[in-house]
Amino acid sequence: MRETRGFKIYRGVTLTVLGLFVLIPLYVMITSSLKPLKDVQGAFTWWPSNLTLAPFVDMWKTVPLAKYFVNSTIVSVSATVFSVAIAILAAFAVSRFKFRGRTVFTTTVLSTQMFPGVLFLLPLFLIFVNINNSFGLQLVGTRLGLIITYLTFSLPFSIWMLAGYFDSIPRELDEAALVDGCGPMGALWRVVLPAARPGVIAVAIYSFMTAWGEVLFASVMTTEANRTLSVGLRQYSTQTNIYWNQIMAAALVVSVPVVIGFLLAQRHFVAGVTAGAVK
Amino acid sequence: MAVATETATPAPAKRRSRLEHRPGLNRWLPYALLAPAVLLELLIHIIPMLVGIWMSFVKLTKFFIANWSAAPGAGLNNYKVALDFNNAVGQGLLKSFGVTVAFSLVTVAFSWVLGMAAAVALQPEFRGRGVVRTLFLVPYALPAYAGILTWNFMLQRDTGAVNHVLHQLHLNDGKTFWLIGGNALVALITVAGWKLWTFAFLTLMAGMQSIPRDLYEAASVDGAGNLRQWRNITLPSLRPVNLVLVLVLFLWTFSDFNTPYVLFGTAQPPAGDLITFHIYNASFLTWNFGTGAAMSVLLLVFLMIVTGAYLLVTGRRSRRA
Repeated sequence: MRETRGFKIYRGVTLTVLGLFVLIPLYVMITSSLKPLKDVQGAFTWWPSNLTLAPFVDMWKTVPLAKYFVNSTIVSVSATVFSVAIAILAAFAVSRFKFRGRTVFTTTVLSTQMFPGVLFLLPLFLIFVNINNSFGLQLVGTRLGLIITYLTFSLPFSIWMLAGYFDSIPRELDEAALVDGCGPMGALWRVVLPAARPGVIAVAIYSFMTAWGEVLFASVMTTEANRTLSVGLRQYSTQTNIYWNQIMAAALVVSVPVVIGFLLAQRHFVAGVTAGAVK
Repeated sequence: MAVATETATPAPAKRRSRLEHRPGLNRWLPYALLAPAVLLELLIHIIPMLVGIWMSFVKLTKFFIANWSAAPGAGLNNYKVALDFNNAVGQGLLKSFGVTVAFSLVTVAFSWVLGMAAAVALQPEFRGRGVVRTLFLVPYALPAYAGILTWNFMLQRDTGAVNHVLHQLHLNDGKTFWLIGGNALVALITVAGWKLWTFAFLTLMAGMQSIPRDLYEAASVDGAGNLRQWRNITLPSLRPVNLVLVLVLFLWTFSDFNTPYVLFGTAQPPAGDLITFHIYNASFLTWNFGTGAAMSVLLLVFLMIVTGAYLLVTGRRSRRA
């Protein structure tokens, strides 16, 4: 591509239009979170009549947001930790060993990504109910049920992405570790894993994002005790009022950690996503 | 690291990893490593899928939920109800299917075009490229419900930003309903596209980075303009990326649940009645789980046929090229 005059005009127009498309909702989200309630109940304005931080204070009282925050954090962090650990083991097997059933495994696991969640939502719900009835292990309405469910959501993609990363690490490195007296697991822990750190970070962020943003299963599998943010945020709409300023404040607060994490790791993430697509 | 260089030299002769030279360990270790992943995939995905297929053949109404394994068989009855386009359930499914097809095709096209436009614009280096790129990724990084709730607020009739802007530009009277009635599909496509196009952008941009620079230079010397270069170099080089991207975008949009659910709540307008949402409502609002399961199986079969056909057609074409 040459930077002709025409191209510069094209670039200017495209980036302006798309920039506005991306930015306006973010702008509305941020400014509305700084508006008093009467501002968001009347006609739309670009700027608050009265700049206030009150929504950020009140949002914790209107809805038990702190509790949902804790629930979401526990569920997402646990799901991420288990998902990444399990994905590392599986990806190591796929990348470093030839064994019977390898292709079947990778194909099956990847194809589960294709299934819409609504397909196994109800059966899973019923299976969880049955597990409770037969073993007394409560999975519906507890964080454990959500953790187990969510950790499988990011698993296929994590295995696929990590196996790609492991493949790019020279085998001579883990062979050297074996010569030095490490077992295979020692080679994974001391050599492969440190070399694949960017991939591990990217996968962890992806897992966390998946769990943090999940809506469908959270709406069915949660009760008041284990409710997560994705469902809890709806409760700012009551019979009499919709606290839009508080909703926007809460949406902003729940987004910031994820967005920052993602933007920090975006390079690794992009590399991982496209490695498979380009091959 | 010092050790690595020592042993790296004699290695190239044998390609196989040393891990594989330990027959005893080699036999069970990979399976042990896979076991947790396999167990969880079975528990959360595979077994529920099989149970779902079984459910579609039994009479699973609210009377049998508590003791669902005792539900009486229904044969093909659930499928007959779902596919009987003369009754309300079948009509609802057919209509929802049509809405979803329209939604998916338009959203995928919309996202691809925006993603391509942005990726091309950002192809040459310029000052501020990194900033723009990062900015464009924010909608993707935002938790789905946070972004959709913001759009919900912006699409409110009397207090929303969308009507305000359109009115100021004299494009409407500022009184358009977006979340009920016929415009719901437009709202749905805009919101889903807002989130999705940045993924298309990300993928296309990374794909473009692997196109050799000298191809463009050679074309420039031959006098090809930017548009020709795009058509004759960029587009063909991106074919493998595009094949995967379009399929993934289609599968995602076709099974999108978050957008309608957060945007409309449980009372969906008919014009925005996407299929997963329709199945969810059919199952959980009317407690007719057998029919819901039959609809789910039909959806799965449809997605598998589309995927298979797509891979077949595109696979053949790219082999010929």
